[in-house]
Order: sequence, then structure tokens, then C-alpha cells
Amino acid sequence: MYDLNFFLQQLSNGLTRGSIYALIALGYTMVYGVMKLINFAHGELFTLGAYFGYTILVTLGLAGSLGPPMAIGLSMIMVLGLVALAGHLLERVAYRPLRHSDRLAAVVSALGASIFLQNAIMLKWGAQYRAFGADLLPNVVFHIRNFNLPLVRLLVFVAAIVVMAILHLFIHRTRLGLAIRASAIDQGAAKLMGIDVRKVIALVFIIGPALGGLAGLLVGLYYGQINYNMGQIYGLKAFTAAIIGGIGNITGAMVGGLLLGLLEAMGEGYVSVAWKDALTFVVLIMILVFRPTGLLPERVAEKL
Amino acid sequence: MTQNNGPPNGPPASAPAKDLARGPALNQTNQVNHLANNLANNLAPELNGSKTNPILAILTGLGLLIFAFLPMILAALVGRSTPYWLDVINTVGLYTILALSLNVILGHAGMFHMGHAAFFAIGAYSTAILNLTYGWSIMATMPVAALAAGLVALILAWPIIHLRGDYLLIVTIGIVEIVRIALTNNIFGLTGGSNGLVGIARPSLFGFRITSPKHFFYFIWIVVGLTFLLFHWLENSRFGRALKFIKEDTVAAENMGVNTSRYKLMAFVVGAAWAGLAGTIFASRMRTISPESFVFSESVLLFTIVILGGKGSQKGVLLGSFLVIGLPEFFRGFEDKRLLVFGAALVVMMIFRPQGLLPSKQARYKLPPAWADRLAHLPKPEANGSNGPGPQNSVAPKKGP
Repeated sequence: MYDLNFFLQQLSNGLTRGSIYALIALGYTMVYGVMKLINFAHGELFTLGAYFGYTILVTLGLAGSLGPPMAIGLSMIMVLGLVALAGHLLERVAYRPLRHSDRLAAVVSALGASIFLQNAIMLKWGAQYRAFGADLLPNVVFHIRNFNLPLVRLLVFVAAIVVMAILHLFIHRTRLGLAIRASAIDQGAAKLMGIDVRKVIALVFIIGPALGGLAGLLVGLYYGQINYNMGQIYGLKAFTAAIIGGIGNITGAMVGGLLLGLLEAMGEGYVSVAWKDALTFVVLIMILVFRPTGLLPERVAEKL
Repeated sequence: MTQNNGPPNGPPASAPAKDLARGPALNQTNQVNHLANNLANNLAPELNGSKTNPILAILTGLGLLIFAFLPMILAALVGRSTPYWLDVINTVGLYTILALSLNVILGHAGMFHMGHAAFFAIGAYSTAILNLTYGWSIMATMPVAALAAGLVALILAWPIIHLRGDYLLIVTIGIVEIVRIALTNNIFGLTGGSNGLVGIARPSLFGFRITSPKHFFYFIWIVVGLTFLLFHWLENSRFGRALKFIKEDTVAAENMGVNTSRYKLMAFVVGAAWAGLAGTIFASRMRTISPESFVFSESVLLFTIVILGGKGSQKGVLLGSFLVIGLPEFFRGFEDKRLLVFGAALVVMMIFRPQGLLPSKQARYKLPPAWADRLAHLPKPEANGSNGPGPQNSVAPKKGP
């Protein structure tokens, strides 16, 4: 059973799952980099993305009227926009007034926002699982010898990687990206250099949630069903991924996400399904004990 | 370091001329150090915080008296639903014990610990296993439950105690998840998996079996009272003062010779052990425990109680428990919207009162008059780091030593 084929299966599964973790982790790491705040509500923004996608594709029936490729493309763009808006509102209401108060106050405010959003989603869409419908994507499976690669897996992975590549270019090749990196290194100095840190924070709270929301939609497409409290466990995992990569480090979040996805898939395949989540956290603790700044070597100039 | 307007404390007239430039600064430092040493050695225990005004004391006494007769008062007021309301108040009491124990870690030592449910779980399961499998009486399991939770805390916290702020937060979340998964997966075949353990006995004290909500009311709230006294005493002990110092400024504490890691670890273990003890009460009260009672959101609830009430303040924690656990019971009609409101309320509270409802007061230490006088006449630190000459830099004291 444990042959090469099985390994490749777990590998592709792990990479896809990891790319989703990476997308969510980016939101945590960008916000943390600039504000030094764990955005506990980020997991709920991710769930919100899944439900927006569900509403657009299933409830409004966009998939039926436009055909799958157009519908999914359009829904991705709409989810990006809608969740970005939600993230911006969240920042204005729950975080901006607390920028200068105690760290713990901001943490509790984030927890409150998380509880609020989770229950708002439950009240709006119900507590039961929602199915994305099997006919949404053509059930194509590519066969390469014995190795099976479903289309949806490929699609999710490619979408996540493309978005991350765009973000990478944005962060490293544009003036706004430079401003984000500068604010993450030293807010005070960034201010003195004429960077409007308030705007940077607002920007980070638009990009991060948008990516998280997209991840939510991808999870809906990949697993076919969503639930109102799935943001909690995905959020925890993604935050773990961000820490594995070195929190505040954008490239680190991507690498950490992929690593965590692989670790989980391998743990599930070769160790035990029931213990895979525990394995994640054990690895997290190990990393923090032996390498508190994360796996990627700390390079201040690179550290977002 | 130079001061143009003459030395505030003036070196002795016989001091050599070359000392004039640096003398005052050195002199001040010495004096401050000398004072600090003396304070630490002789005066610190003279706490001023426990002085209460008589009206408040009488009101508190009255409140306690009313509370002691609460079961009878409730019976007169609400009649047949007394057991229900007593149950609510008992739950509040249990959460108060837990939150007070978390307060030692989060409020006093300032460690971001969001995994307290893990130690609560270890206590509850220790009691359940010892009682069900080995037939121990509940009260006998209590110290073992506390010890087990404390021991696990010691082992787990040892390598992570140096982690700062948010890293510790995420690790403690990891711990609570690992414990929950271990319980669900029926670790060592002892925990009953996701069904948990059923049929735990009731506690009995001196031959008296504690069974009804009324019994538990007295049992739980006496433990709350003991917890209050214990942690109040601990807060003002040498241990508590060391924690306060560490929370305010870890580096300074380290420099003054406080073994910060050891004190933090001690605080963690004490808090965890007390949560384990609360686990015993929980297990014997519920008679059935399962992993669902010890999930991450339970830890979050405890965390918010401490911060909402005012971290470091025991009265704040008590108020927080009543608000977070008790108050929602009045809104049972809005069952599904309660948590929505709770979340929004947390955000609003933190915006308008980030320090919590009843924040702990800055500890005040009483100085004997002689020391107070000398401290008052020491130059202010700003006078040293001056940016040039000017009369505003002079702190010329009128009375020399």
C-alpha cells in the first residue's frame, strides 16, 4: 500500500492543502508584521469567503447560467472584493480604535470580533453543512500512469500559487509593497520617511482578508462542503504555518503553509488520521522551542 | 551628564575639583541604589493596599451575609426554579475559581496563556479515572488532580516559558488542542474517547454527601473564598511582588537578580494546579465528562473573563465571571443571538475600557517618613539627561541632607 503512487497521492494532496494554508497564513503574517496583532477574526473572514462563494455560485446559480469556468473566475473576483471590504470594516470598527491601547485589549477585541462573525455567519446561513454541488466542476481526473490527479486539485493549487506569485511581485516590486515592508520593520522610522502607516495598516487589512476569503472559496470547491465554524481550525493551522515560516515574513508564510500541508498529508497517510492535528501542534511547539523565529533564517531586510 | 547649575545634592566641600563634573551623578546613583537596597530589605512588606475604609468593609460584610443565605432568599423569590438558578450561580463559582487561577498566570505574571482548559481537563480526568477505575473517593482525588495538572504544566511549560507574548499564546493554544485530541483518541485506553467518562461519584466531606445544587453552592463558593484568600496572600507575598516586577519590566527584574524564568514557571504551575483542583469539582458536579467540555473556546472564555474583569484584579475576575457566565442566563429567550451580542460587547468593551471593568490598582508601598523625605528630595531623572544648560534643569533642593 505504501508505494510510490501512494506517496505521490499524499504529496499532491499535501501541496494543495498547503497552498490553502499558505493563502490564509499570508493574512495573519501581514497583519502581524505591521500591527503586531494576532487577528483572531481572520479565520472567520476565511469562512465568510466560503459562504460568499456559496451564495454566488449555488444560491444565485451563477454556475448554472454562466458555465463553470466563467462562473468560478467571476466568483473568485467577487469574493476577493467582498471579503476585502469586510476586512476593511473589521479593521475600522474593531482594531483602529485600539491601536494605542494595551496589547491584550486588542487580542480580546479580536476574539470578540471572531465570536461575533462566527455567530453572524451561523445566523445568516445556518449551522448545518452547505454543499457546493457535485456538478459545479466537471469531474475530470488526469491519469499519469497509476497516479490520479483530479482537476479540482490542480485548479485549487494553481489558483493559490498564481495569487501568491502576484502578491510576491506586489510586495517586492512596487512602492506600496516597499511601504508595507518598511512599516513592518519599524513603524516609527517608516513614519519619519513619510510613509502613512495608517494607510499601510488599512491596505494590509484589505489584502490579507481578500486572500483568506479566496482560500475559503477554494476550500468550498475542493472539499465540496462548508460549515460555519470551519474558520477556527483552519485559522489555527494557518497561524501555525505563519509561525513555522517566521511570523511577519511573507515568503515564510507561503513556505510554512506548504510545509504544514505536506506534514499533515504525510502524517495522515503514514502515521494516523486521528492524531494528525496533534502532530501539527507538536511540530509547532518543537519549532518554537528550538527555533523561536521560525524556520526561515531571519534576515531583517527581508522580514516583513 | 554635565550639569551647569551646580550639583543638586552637592558633593562634600572637601571633594576634589575633578569630581565636580561627575560627582553629582555618581552621588545620586549611589544614593538611589542605597535607598533601593534598604527599601527591598526592610520596607517592602509594609503594604498599604489592604487598608480599607469602614463603610466599604461593612457593605462587603453585608453582601457576604446575604450571599451566604442566597439559597433561602432564592427559594423565597423564585420558588421552584431555585435549583436552576443555584446551578447557574454554581457555574459562575466554578468559572471564578478557574479564572482566578488563570489570573495568577495572565494577570500577575503577565503571560499570555490561552490554554487553561487543558489543565482543567487534566484535573477532571484524573479525578474521574481515579474514582471510576480505582475507586478513590472524590475528596482524596482532589490533591492528586491538582498535582497531576501542576506536573503536566511543569513539564510542558519548562521549555516554553521564555517565549514572549504571542508565541506563548499560540503554544498554549497548541497545548489545549493536543490535550483535547489525546482525550478524544482515548489515550492509554483510560479517557473513554469522545464519549468521555460516565458515573463519577459525588464528593463527601466528613461523611456528608454533597449532592444537591444547594450543597454544591456552599461547597463551590467556600472554595471560591479560599481561592480568593490564597491568591490575595500570594499576590502580596515575596512571590507575588516578584511577579509584579517581572510583568512591569522583565529586563529590569532580571537585572535586580530576580530569577524570572523560575518565578514565571512557578506562577504557571500554581495556576495550572489550581485549575486541576477545579477540575475535580467539575467532574463530581457533572458526573459525566467528555472532551467537549475542554475545548479551545473554553480557554478563550476564561481568557476574556480575566481581561474583561481587569487583569490582576481578583474582584474584577469575580465580576467578569458573573457577567460572562451569569448574565447570559437572563437572556435565554434570545438563545441563538447571545453569542453574537457577547462578541460585539467584547469589542465595544475593549474600545471604551481596555483596562477592564475593575482594573487592579497600582500597589502602594508605605515608606517611613525619613525615607519618604529623602526620596522626595532626590533630583528627578530628567534633570540628568539635559540637552544643554538652562534654569529648567536645576532641581535645587532647599534642604540638603
